[in-house]
Amino acid sequence: MVTRLKEVDAVVVGLGWTGGILGKELAEAGLKVVALERGAMRTSANDYSLPNIRDELRYVVRHDLMQNTARDTLTIRNNPSQEALPMRRLGSFLPGEVVGGSGVHWSGHTWRWTDMEFKVRSRYEERYGKNFIPADMTIQDWGITYAELEPYYDKFERVAAVSGKAGNLRGQIQPGGNPFEAPRQHEYPLPPLATILAGEMFAAAAKANGYHPFPRPAANASHAYTNPDGAKFAPCQYCGYCQRFGCEANAKGSPHITVIPIAMRNPNFELRSHSWVTKVLKHSDGKRVTGVAYTNLLNGEEFEQPAGMVLLCAYAINNVHLMLLSGVGQPYDPVAQTGVIGKNYCYQTGASATLFFEGRHFNPFMSAGGTNVTMDDYNINWEFDRGPHGFVGGYNVAAGINTALPIGYRPVPRGTPQWGKAWKQATSKWYQTAMNVGASGAVMANRYNYYDLDPTYRNAFGQPLMRMTFDYKANEHKMGEHAAKVINDIARSMNPTQLNPAVARTQPWTVVPYQSTHNTGGTILGTNPRDSAVNKYLQSWDCHNLFVVGANVFPHNASYNPTGPVGALAYWTADAIKNRYLKNPSPLVPA
Amino acid sequence: MNERGFGRRDFLKGAVIGGAAAASPQLSERAQAQSQPQAASEPAAGYTFLNFAEAAFVEALVDHMVPADELSPKGTDIGINIYIDRALAGSWGKGERLYMQGPWKLGTPSQGYQLPLTPAQLYRAGIEATNAHCRKTYGKTFDLLAEAQREEVLGALSSGKLTFDNGLPARVFWTTLYQTVMEGMFSDPIYGGNRNKAGWKLIGFPGAIAVNRENVQKFRDKKFPADPIGIGDMS
Repeated sequence: MVTRLKEVDAVVVGLGWTGGILGKELAEAGLKVVALERGAMRTSANDYSLPNIRDELRYVVRHDLMQNTARDTLTIRNNPSQEALPMRRLGSFLPGEVVGGSGVHWSGHTWRWTDMEFKVRSRYEERYGKNFIPADMTIQDWGITYAELEPYYDKFERVAAVSGKAGNLRGQIQPGGNPFEAPRQHEYPLPPLATILAGEMFAAAAKANGYHPFPRPAANASHAYTNPDGAKFAPCQYCGYCQRFGCEANAKGSPHITVIPIAMRNPNFELRSHSWVTKVLKHSDGKRVTGVAYTNLLNGEEFEQPAGMVLLCAYAINNVHLMLLSGVGQPYDPVAQTGVIGKNYCYQTGASATLFFEGRHFNPFMSAGGTNVTMDDYNINWEFDRGPHGFVGGYNVAAGINTALPIGYRPVPRGTPQWGKAWKQATSKWYQTAMNVGASGAVMANRYNYYDLDPTYRNAFGQPLMRMTFDYKANEHKMGEHAAKVINDIARSMNPTQLNPAVARTQPWTVVPYQSTHNTGGTILGTNPRDSAVNKYLQSWDCHNLFVVGANVFPHNASYNPTGPVGALAYWTADAIKNRYLKNPSPLVPA
Repeated sequence: MNERGFGRRDFLKGAVIGGAAAASPQLSERAQAQSQPQAASEPAAGYTFLNFAEAAFVEALVDHMVPADELSPKGTDIGINIYIDRALAGSWGKGERLYMQGPWKLGTPSQGYQLPLTPAQLYRAGIEATNAHCRKTYGKTFDLLAEAQREEVLGALSSGKLTFDNGLPARVFWTTLYQTVMEGMFSDPIYGGNRNKAGWKLIGFPGAIAVNRENVQKFRDKKFPADPIGIGDMS
């Protein structure tokens, strides 16, 4: 039996960064908001505190803050000719499952994606001709501009306590910053983090090679800070336990210490944790949604929560899953090339080298989530001519150390035995002497990389698992070769005692080991309902009172981490709802 | 405050009063001094999951993979066998967070773990299959083999040259085996392994160290005088 609850103005599905931002903003605008989060409530004081938070086995290896795959997972295959099988435990990516979502366990890398991405098709076609983009590469312009998003990037950076150095202030190139970045109206709210030895050595080498290194912007407060909402940050302690952990020092920009507690103090806002949304409910007119169905995970009781507006703010993958389960929008079919829900799933690629310097002490246990030095010479630098290399997109190259803990991080030169005395000697000898230089590369959308519902496997609620079909294509392989060469050239110029060179990836994508929690696409934004699921305000083309928020709206993936535009788009959407939609609930963009 | 007179709150207070610059080494010494009578809090010997043959296998395995030398005691003296036993007996070993619905297919290497076995079941079946291989090849079980023969078995397991007659994928067993040995060596001592932080001392990892804000500058390119601190030292 399903209990029908009293209608609220808005229901938020998933309470991480995007749910926290929208929940807070809409509650402050006077709406009655209910947030449904499948995970538990956890707080810094009780859960992310010393000494228990300093536990690599629990948080990194056993995934304590992550989605429980026993209850719901995806099936995986590399191409449509294979049979998809369930990802039986997490590996390649790690969605969070807790109040605060993945915003609790992220590293804090915060980038501004620019018109390099938002105008990807038109820019490449203009410069290289239509034939440069392969027929199966389904990239498209986003229909939004950097200029539109700039104030919202700024807003998010201030809320999340991003430390960094501007490279371009209102068109003036700034020494010490990223000279390729798009113009910023304001400096970062906090100066950059301390540069660690690995970053310093990479910066010197990159400069000597004619590149433009800069400190990576990260939501790790370099100094004590109070954000514009009054949330207080303590300075980062470089504790070395950042990625996969909640921050013990209250220094990492996370929703559970910023937007969520502020929303929760507002009587208009109610959080129901342990609440698993199974479906978005459609109105019989097909043009609106009426609320959501959910299950109380503490007793199995089922509810219907009617709402004037539904905001899907779960992890990117789960937002798409809910859209497919709910039958909102037409599912994507890669053969017929019809439909949009599930289209343009993208991931990221990369390559990395390990450099060993006998006699140096990198102290890999002293680092922040963002103690990296990065260069964008092959990323958002449009001067870099992709023509001779034949790939679309770019990659950033970086060095630094983040969360290098000993179960997972014990670098040794290639060819070292895996056990025994020789292994112990090498492990002891090289641990302190190693650093990485690595690239994170974009993945362009492809016709055959997509999501749909699995025909065989079910989750704990009897619903079909989401099926992910993904592999790297020629574009990524060409980019990987280019990146590996650049990395190895820089690495060799540093004269390491030993080098494990970067090797371009040629094998199919695999579900192990961990690679990146930057899954994008599936309900992409765009300029018309024929080739996108939502408009530029992340409003469903099909049901105008449904907004789908997260990296699932990205039409392709860049080399950068996604949280900057995810946060900015959440604030952008909040403004569109508050200033326009509430006055006249209807499509914000004509179809 | 715990019975060793060194509670979490004292630790936090010390970090503030002592100043971040000096906090870690100072506290480290203090924690060490306080942890002298700690033997009593180490996990009791004895097994909660491994049977006689499995215990013999695991003990031989961890002592072969982590032999005693000037860098560390041998695997059983570090408690890696105890770690493995507790991990298999606990929620991870029983398949917590593992999607366990069929149908079951081997799949492609890209698709990851696909066996209808919990980690504990995999371990049990893998030890049995490895011992069967050892009996067939050498006439005795793994724990009774000479060092060179053990090396040969592990080499064959790790390289994929060894296949089990019963269809259990040997490489999948090896991956789990190897990972648990590393966990037993490098996880926090509260889990029963890494006894006396021998794994952390091998590499100079300071453990659950609290604050590095000043250290990150002060010890740039310098050896950090790490006397590792575990969760138990701060609890």
